[in-house]
Amino acid sequence: MNIDSIKNGIVIDHITAGRGMTLYNLLGLDSLDCSVAIIKNVASSKMGKKDIIKIDSEIDVDLDVLGYVDPGVTVNVIRNGALVEKKKIELPLILNGVIRCRNPRCITSTEPSIPQRFRLTDPNGPVYRCVWCEARAKAKNENE
Amino acid sequence: MRSLIDIFELSTDEVDRLIAKAEDIMSHPTAYVDKCRGKKLATLFYEPSTRTRLSFEAAMYELGGNVLGFSEAQSSSAAKGESVSDTARTVSCYADIIAMRHPKEGAPLVASVNASVPVINAGDGGHNHPTQTLTDLLTIKREKGRLSDLTVGVCGDLKFGRTVHSLISALSRYEGIRFVLISPSELRIPGYVRDGVLENKKVPYEETTDLDGSIGKLDVLYMTRVQRERFFNEEDYLRLRDSYILTPAKMESAKEDMIVMHPLPRVNEISHEIDSDKRACYFRQVMYGKFIRMALILMLLEIE
Repeated sequence: MNIDSIKNGIVIDHITAGRGMTLYNLLGLDSLDCSVAIIKNVASSKMGKKDIIKIDSEIDVDLDVLGYVDPGVTVNVIRNGALVEKKKIELPLILNGVIRCRNPRCITSTEPSIPQRFRLTDPNGPVYRCVWCEARAKAKNENE
Repeated sequence: MRSLIDIFELSTDEVDRLIAKAEDIMSHPTAYVDKCRGKKLATLFYEPSTRTRLSFEAAMYELGGNVLGFSEAQSSSAAKGESVSDTARTVSCYADIIAMRHPKEGAPLVASVNASVPVINAGDGGHNHPTQTLTDLLTIKREKGRLSDLTVGVCGDLKFGRTVHSLISALSRYEGIRFVLISPSELRIPGYVRDGVLENKKVPYEETTDLDGSIGKLDVLYMTRVQRERFFNEEDYLRLRDSYILTPAKMESAKEDMIVMHPLPRVNEISHEIDSDKRACYFRQVMYGKFIRMALILMLLEIE
């Protein structure tokens, strides 16, 4: 299977197999005019299988979303057909507007203008907690 | 400018200084009667709480300051749909310090981010209630003379009682504290306190369902209310409600200098006959609440 290489754009690599579509949706890539390819289950020597997303335009990617959903992905920036930057994504310390607090007793449940913000409290879990009510965020796979 | 939303924003040293200040106020009340002259405290109470609101108001009056505010959401602009952040910004123009109680968790933190004056969390749902914890610490210090080397029994609803969780966490920062956690198995202390605090800090503790068998070893017995709203069915509530009632017969096994505390209001978990026992200190605990709030208001207003 061949996907054209891109000249100017972004390649999100090392996505855990099966999470490509989740990232596509969370990053809002469906609203882009440019070509976007989601390649699933690509053979990988390190990961066995992985997903890749190729975006044929140099957009601002929300790194917090990437870090939360799939820490360990890499973001490659391509310009004039050459790799100019490679970012290794890690767990973000703060998540702004990525997930919503599900605690019905949280002040954000009645005041939607308050920003949805979570803090990483345990990188081993990983555990994120709402900065307002400290409720634990649901595990990532519960959001998928 | 500093607010107080969670007890753990205060270091142990700061807690000790607040307690020392409260004790100084108790010893020299006349020295403090004008400390807050010209200052105003706004009590923004979105749900009723007689004790806490009156305690804050009494504290400010005793410091020579004034009080304004509301005691239920219906009599505030919240009834018209105003946000907590807008209310906090508005009230900052009228008052020098705010005490807020709100049924929603995190509301006082939202207020503190938006207010231009200090905000004290006077309780946000079942989440935080730092001035209750400060009150409890001052009570133990005054009644027992120390906050270290104590065997502390907490009895009743240990699962949902945030007051108990905060007290256990706060006391765990002191040396020589041991806990006896007395509750029905349905209302045991949650994992985040047992593992996150007690195990993590290697604080000795035991869990038991037996109040009679444990009371003799306690220096402090902290009773809590089993709240009806925590149960899904009335049958469970009625069965557990009466499980741990402190009676004069049970007190016979307790040490002569053990103290009985309760955050109040009580329902029936402490028999009224206990009130005249010198070891019952829950009404003195209410009085200590006013003095620690006076100390806190002074600290946040940066008045010596």
